[in-house]
Amino acid sequence: MKLDVDIKKLLSAIDVPADWVGLREVYEAHTPRMIRDGVPVVNASASTHGIMVEVLVNGQFGYFGTPDMSSEGISRAAKKAYQQAEIASKHSVYSFNESARPAHKGSFSSPYTKDRKSLSAGNLNDILLEAYGHLKVSDKIVSASTLCQVIESNFKFVSSNGSDINQDFLMFEFDLSATAADGSNQQTRTFGGMRGTCRQMGMEYFDKYEIFANANRIGEQAIELLDAENCPTGEMDLVIAPDQMMLQIHESIGHALEVDRILGDERNYAGWSFVKLEDFGSLKYGSDLMNITFDPTLESEYASYAFDDGGLKATKEFLIKDGLLVRGLGGQESQIRSGLDGVANFRASSWNRAPIDRMANINLEPGSSSFDDLIGQVEHGVYVESNKSWSIDDYRNKFQFGCEYGRLIEKGKLTKVLKNPNYRGVSTPFWNSLKGVGDGDTFGIYGTPNCGKGEPNQVIRVGHASPTCLFDKIQVFGGV
Amino acid sequence: MEKVFNNLSESLFSDLKQGEDVILSFSGENSQFIRFNNASVRQTGLVDDAEIELKFISNRRICGGGFTVSGNLEIDLKRGREEINRMRLETKEIPEDPFLVLPTNAGSSHEVKNSNGLNFEDSVDAILPTMSGVDFVGILANGKTFRGNANSLGQKHWFETDSYSLDYSLVTPGHQMVKGSFSGTDWNQNEYEAYVERSKQKLVLMERKPIKVKTGDYKTWFESAAVSDFLGMFSWNGISEASLRQGCSGFGKMRHNDIRLSPKFSIVEDFKAGFCPKFNSDGEIAPESLALIENGYLKNTLVSSRSAKEYDLTSNFAEAGEYLRSPNMSVGNLNHEDVVKSIGEGLFLSNIHYLNWSDNPGGRITGLTRYACFWVEGGEIVAPIETMRFDDSFYRFFGDQLLEVEDTQTVNPEVGTYGGRSLGATTCPGILVDSFSLTL
Repeated sequence: MKLDVDIKKLLSAIDVPADWVGLREVYEAHTPRMIRDGVPVVNASASTHGIMVEVLVNGQFGYFGTPDMSSEGISRAAKKAYQQAEIASKHSVYSFNESARPAHKGSFSSPYTKDRKSLSAGNLNDILLEAYGHLKVSDKIVSASTLCQVIESNFKFVSSNGSDINQDFLMFEFDLSATAADGSNQQTRTFGGMRGTCRQMGMEYFDKYEIFANANRIGEQAIELLDAENCPTGEMDLVIAPDQMMLQIHESIGHALEVDRILGDERNYAGWSFVKLEDFGSLKYGSDLMNITFDPTLESEYASYAFDDGGLKATKEFLIKDGLLVRGLGGQESQIRSGLDGVANFRASSWNRAPIDRMANINLEPGSSSFDDLIGQVEHGVYVESNKSWSIDDYRNKFQFGCEYGRLIEKGKLTKVLKNPNYRGVSTPFWNSLKGVGDGDTFGIYGTPNCGKGEPNQVIRVGHASPTCLFDKIQVFGGV
Repeated sequence: MEKVFNNLSESLFSDLKQGEDVILSFSGENSQFIRFNNASVRQTGLVDDAEIELKFISNRRICGGGFTVSGNLEIDLKRGREEINRMRLETKEIPEDPFLVLPTNAGSSHEVKNSNGLNFEDSVDAILPTMSGVDFVGILANGKTFRGNANSLGQKHWFETDSYSLDYSLVTPGHQMVKGSFSGTDWNQNEYEAYVERSKQKLVLMERKPIKVKTGDYKTWFESAAVSDFLGMFSWNGISEASLRQGCSGFGKMRHNDIRLSPKFSIVEDFKAGFCPKFNSDGEIAPESLALIENGYLKNTLVSSRSAKEYDLTSNFAEAGEYLRSPNMSVGNLNHEDVVKSIGEGLFLSNIHYLNWSDNPGGRITGLTRYACFWVEGGEIVAPIETMRFDDSFYRFFGDQLLEVEDTQTVNPEVGTYGGRSLGATTCPGILVDSFSLTL
């Protein structure tokens, strides 16, 4: 149940001598449904609703996140936030003024044609159950599951300097998964995991015949993997599909370019960055083929929006142009602290967390090579799809990824199926080895619903889109 | 908060019809969060939060619901009743669940731990003066946390605790770091200052020029915090019975091929210390102690009541996700004072970072060195090392490569705050491993 809250009236009732006051109301409802091994294991819906009261006192922001949205509750929260900010203002990292929260008015709505209620719980269970049947192509499939989660979210932001923003989001996450096993020999193939399908769109996504065809393919590939050869070990060419490129971009570009991280805020948790403030405008991050954008305008991508949680208007910007690092992922506070140009990426996971610099949609722009051109360039190498393992150091340098599904490339052709394909490298040498970027036909839109960062910890949704890419001389290896 | 929980649960249960059951889970906190950077305040604030999760059971079907608790009984009851009505309708159109576990009334519990904690108004002045002159970065999480569970058969559990944790790093000008985590219930300023002083002393070692270690296999000591991170991987496609049955557990070799870990390795799920509630989100009480791996042998997995029904087993009342809530690893014979000498030549790793399975069936885990990690030569610490990636199997480092286990345990409290402040801790000693593989 969503309470109707007059957030402007609540703002006007606040009586604290702050230099600035803002209210950010967030309502979000999650409706997950899941079938595993032919039976329903999740049919749920849960909502969260509250307000973050934020005040600026003597250059220090203080906050109080509360689910009590009465006038008295918000006034009390503002007084306590004021007290916290006043005490801390003697020891602030930086003394801000109102320019850290620029005034904007506007609205945003996710693009969709069919809302959540257009597909009933019963119908959705039927589709998921039938898709499960298509995954179970053999008795060697020891477990299979189908999953869908619909997310409805409303964000309102008003402030004492005139911001008035309303944003509505309709999103979903979808996955198919089949695990084949023979004793301790186990292989899982998915539809890209929860990163495979997470988009801003409505129930029009559910073309059940396409879903069933994909389920068949995934079940069959899980069986193929069970008997496949292990990925070879050695230095070789690597072709990466968009559903793995998305995490490569996320870990070795996105997090590294977060300006609050470069400024050291995150050193006790996720870590620092190899990128320094002086690198913007001079660091050759990757080859000339590399063009990375912050693009909150790409329709249906998971983290599209019009304004960030500090009220800054969001626009598409190049972060890396022709391989050169040109701009960081810094919201208004980080732009003021660092003196760098940034983007509208000051985001919070909900009403109970303060915004920090986050990714939104971070994309690799398409190039000019067809898929066949990319494969055709490879004498001996490996093609990989769908992430299953990820890890990177606290400076965002040394990474290692594992994928679900590989194919050997021999003399310009895809040949054998490979299991346990893994690769490792170091961020800038890796991106400088980029030697082929796929065209628009190879472009895929993905994202992740669970990017973790910040203290207190926050999980946020981000989008990543990329074409298929070819890299030169990468360390590749297989399983035990 | 307990009054809100009692009022809501009693009112919602009284509305139920014949043949309907509800399990209600409550989770909340009144927290202060202060984020520090460069020994100054980066962000400061308070969060009051409480959520109710409902499981509605009727006609052999189950639906979940949940909402934020505002603290206003009229609003919260309206939210709860709307949720129950929605679920009542939905159970008429979703499929039957053959492995549904019905609630029981196996008795109630009540545990409230009040303490002399750190007042929200005093936190900044208590913490910062001691950090003067060092590059200090981290987070204070402070205040009350609540957990409750009740069902329509009359079973009721309540757990409330007052606690703080200051999780921090101290950083040298050369970007080397030492980790600290000062946590507890009663705040003692002298103990805090002494703890920070010990961190500062460790920082001196970090000022030596870091050594670049080559990839390869090394004799390696893992401090308790690092062992705790490895044990954390058992909660993710590891010790869960459902994971084993569904073909996605790294414990498959132990189950199917009778592979054993070292006789020196034993771990139990142990609730005696009271780091977290004994009841799970279905209100079931776990045994106070459950042996999982005993002298290298997989004795028990974590079995939820649903898995028990699905696979015809006996439940040990694990959480639905079958993850470790309060693991405790047995001690060995190596005294910490003898660790560096016992390494001789090799690695001393205080912390590790960003772990993931690189080959789950093979038990292989990848990750990075982090914080106070040193090169040891001639039985002495030489210098910190540059960050290295490792990739090795727990069948080796908890198995045939495990040389010694420390004779003392350290409590590693859960300091995560995703969604809300976590409860629980991992209690374990350090370990000495004969050969551990660095790969990048």
